[in-house]
Amino acid sequence: MNILAAVGVDNPPLDWHALAPELVLVGLLAVLLLVDAFGGERSRWAMPSLTGIGLLAALIPVATLAYDGVVRSMFDGAYVVDNYALLFKALFLIAGYVVVLLSTNYIAEGDYWEGEYYQLLVASLLGMTVMASARDLISVFLALELLSIPAYMLAAWRKRDLGSEEAGMKYYLMGVFASAILLYGMSLLYGMTGSTLLVDIAGAIEGTEVPALVALAVVLVVVGFAFKVSAVPFHTWAPDTYQGAPTPVTAFLAVGSKAAGFVALMTVVLIAFPTQPRIFEPLIWALAAVTMIVGNLIALRQTNLVRMLAYSGVAQAGYILAPLAVAGVSGASAAMAVEAVSTYLVIYAAMNLGAFAVVIAVARKTGSAEIDSYGGLFSYSPVLAVCMSVFLFSLAGIPPLAGWYGKLTIFLALIEPGTLAGYILAVIVGLASVIALFYYARVAKVMFVDPAPDGDTTPIRVPMSLAAALTITVAVTLVVGVLPQVLARVTGAETFLSIGG
Amino acid sequence: MLLAQQLTESADILEVANTGSFWNILTFVVFTPLVGALVLLAIPKANQQALKVVALGTTLVAAGLGVVILTQFDFGDASAKQLGANIGWIEVINSRYIVGIDGISLPLLMLTLLIMPLVVIYSWNHIPSPGNPKAFFALQMVLMTGMLGSFVALDLILFFVFFEVVLLPMYFLIGVWGGEQRQYASIKFFLYTLFGSALMLVAFLALYFLSDEVLTPSGNVMHSFDMTLLPALATGISAGAALWIFGGMFIGFGVKVPMFPFHTWLPDAHTQAPTVGSVILAAVLLKLGTYGFMRIAIPILPDAAKSWAPVIGILAVIGIIYGALCCLAQTDMKRLIAFSSVAHMGFTMLAISTLTDFGFNAALFGMVAHGLITGMLFFLAGSTKERYHTLEIKRLGGLLKQAPHMGWIMGLAVMASLGLPGLAGFWGEFPAILSAYDPAEGLNVALFRTLMVIAAVGTVLAAGYLLWLYQRVAFGTPSAEFENDPNIVDVTTTEWIAWTPLIVLIVVLGMVPGILFNVTNPAVGVALSAIGA
Repeated sequence: MNILAAVGVDNPPLDWHALAPELVLVGLLAVLLLVDAFGGERSRWAMPSLTGIGLLAALIPVATLAYDGVVRSMFDGAYVVDNYALLFKALFLIAGYVVVLLSTNYIAEGDYWEGEYYQLLVASLLGMTVMASARDLISVFLALELLSIPAYMLAAWRKRDLGSEEAGMKYYLMGVFASAILLYGMSLLYGMTGSTLLVDIAGAIEGTEVPALVALAVVLVVVGFAFKVSAVPFHTWAPDTYQGAPTPVTAFLAVGSKAAGFVALMTVVLIAFPTQPRIFEPLIWALAAVTMIVGNLIALRQTNLVRMLAYSGVAQAGYILAPLAVAGVSGASAAMAVEAVSTYLVIYAAMNLGAFAVVIAVARKTGSAEIDSYGGLFSYSPVLAVCMSVFLFSLAGIPPLAGWYGKLTIFLALIEPGTLAGYILAVIVGLASVIALFYYARVAKVMFVDPAPDGDTTPIRVPMSLAAALTITVAVTLVVGVLPQVLARVTGAETFLSIGG
Repeated sequence: MLLAQQLTESADILEVANTGSFWNILTFVVFTPLVGALVLLAIPKANQQALKVVALGTTLVAAGLGVVILTQFDFGDASAKQLGANIGWIEVINSRYIVGIDGISLPLLMLTLLIMPLVVIYSWNHIPSPGNPKAFFALQMVLMTGMLGSFVALDLILFFVFFEVVLLPMYFLIGVWGGEQRQYASIKFFLYTLFGSALMLVAFLALYFLSDEVLTPSGNVMHSFDMTLLPALATGISAGAALWIFGGMFIGFGVKVPMFPFHTWLPDAHTQAPTVGSVILAAVLLKLGTYGFMRIAIPILPDAAKSWAPVIGILAVIGIIYGALCCLAQTDMKRLIAFSSVAHMGFTMLAISTLTDFGFNAALFGMVAHGLITGMLFFLAGSTKERYHTLEIKRLGGLLKQAPHMGWIMGLAVMASLGLPGLAGFWGEFPAILSAYDPAEGLNVALFRTLMVIAAVGTVLAAGYLLWLYQRVAFGTPSAEFENDPNIVDVTTTEWIAWTPLIVLIVVLGMVPGILFNVTNPAVGVALSAIGA
């Protein structure tokens, strides 16, 4: 009865349409399990294709829900399907699809337990799609664990490799540690307010009598997510994990897992804490500033491309955090922050996945991700070199590559409130981008100018699936860069982050 | 009461309408090179002849479109933004595809359209090491789109995008085809410019949010990036905020000009760039900075411009003297020409800082003249390097004996550069100095007259270092090491074709400066209307 009253009589207690993307993923998981169990060795080759098809199938209900345009809310508002959720579900599914393309040859040729690999990947994606809709502490936490635990295993997938084991172990320990901090913050919130619903929490802590406790809870929750998005000083796991994990998994962590962390952070901060800007704004401001400066400075010194991308990812996390540091000024600034973060996450996914695709392709020949091993790439595989430059300079924010529009939305969100804090952070973003350009351009220089280190200039054979991944990511990077309206129409939709209930 | 207020407000609000279509002549001219670049990518690397023909054809088609623009441009109404369009682009932030040209942008657009075919012709037999004409020409085509787009864009974000599109191809042109220190020079160029444009973008966005709103064609009330509307929309910005915003643009454009003390990237970039890179850099890229001041910073924030004018003027004059002194100390011909650019752009900036239409006209003339003359000098430096394999001034000499035509052309370019009356350089330099005699109302007259005197001393220094350069390179007898070098030949056919238009224009503009002043003058008046000069 209660549920019906809360969501309105039009909606049944369980909206199967709203749950359809997740249900498709659960079905896919079951199919993969069965095929793996009963198909034996002969069915191995079908795993990536099945997964890919399943992920694309899950996009169909996302599309129909978006076409429908109704905000669907379930379980007293703990689970909401709105444009915001749909955008991220689509992002996760497409990113997941690209990761499958990246994995196909890598996993098959490395003989890495294909069945289990794709099952865990889908399980993690399921957690991410749930996260996009979660509007309640419990559903947020469940989604977080569902997406993280498979990822811990995936990071250690190269079982006979010490580096990979270290990657998985570090990721696991830090992740569990972060979860504990997060849970402690959540328990404080629940203790103070008696509710796990984000909306209710916002109302309850507005005029609370124990501001210190509220502050502690907010800080713990933000810090918990800061681990997930690898913000400095909680980033230390990222480089080792990224370098040690199988490269397709690294791409998955760097894009999917990080984006999910941001979605959760953004949802919780903007729905549960909008009345507490005095607590979360300075905290996120400092995190963002330190993250982009430190991330970029350390990236300057890297000699391994994956490690460099890890630190560049840390720095990018700083850019993405920045708009949230001024999101509490007004409703408009919160809306702009949501728009900036979601725009940047979509663009970031395309360019970062693309960069990792090139890394995987080059490693097929050189077996290395050292920056020096990229010497002469332009002379023997010009297409790969040009693709890599597109991604790197997009990460640096050079028009007409998509990254510039992402940076622009961040600048817009920072400057819109007209506060000094916003202006200063905008200038820091600008300066950090200049530092970043230095290491991105260095890789370009190695590819275009330096000779091949061992004189071996046989062209790299790029398998079909990698070529498809490159095509998708390059297309997104170029189209969004030239016609940002394509993406802005989606991220700027009016009923964007609806709180539901 | 409130309702009435809203009504009057809504009556005041500017309405923006869609005009023109995307498929207009300016779009064609801007994107022709990009199409050319795509065609180049489709041609196999080995077919060098086809690559050259396509590159040349592309630039010639663009130049042909430029001629069409000249015939369609209404010179009687050169102050109006013409031939363009105003249609939606990024609707969520009301950034629009607004293009158009007036008397300020037309000369620079034409300069670009002239230089690029010459650059391709010059490259015909001069593809620098490590070769690869496909990438070399494709980058030049992308660069061309960026430059042309910057001069026709009338929306701040659109301008920013084109302004930045220029960076990547230039970075690669210097970094791949440059001299020995190319890595250092190319990254320095890139970082400096990006630093400037990051602050510039922040300034643009602050301007956007602080200025008044307009009614968009889709019926929303939003802020605007429209350069033609912003002078009216930005009047409500507080003086303090305007100063900061101008400061951000000042750094962005100042780095590009380059103004002292942001100039240090320029000598390195010029010295290390391949010849055509230097030519493009000197002839067109530097103008993006001065153009930005004249098109964006000063018309939109006239009051802040008045406060900043003394700073700009002083830095400009420091640039003139400092550039000249550096020239006197250089031992490398290309580096000397690069520093002379700092000095020459100093004259242009001094003229701009007076905020008078006299000064703006002088600045525009100076920009075009500097583009032609310094472009010519860099061509000559490139050809000298090719013949002598060095640009060390000490080792050169006797050019007039070994290659008389080339020696005479260099003589002409040097004379033009030092501002000899009758050649184009004079009309950039002399009025620039003169304009400082009578700066805009509200500026410190004593200060500007002092600057004028110092700038005049700068011309003497310019004559000094240029004539001294010419004397050492062209006069005398060839040194023993080059005396019988079969490499040293006179001007070749491709060089003649590439250079003749520049030589002709340097002379024609010097004799009949009116053809340029008549175009710029009306437009300059509009740009300065808010100053009241």
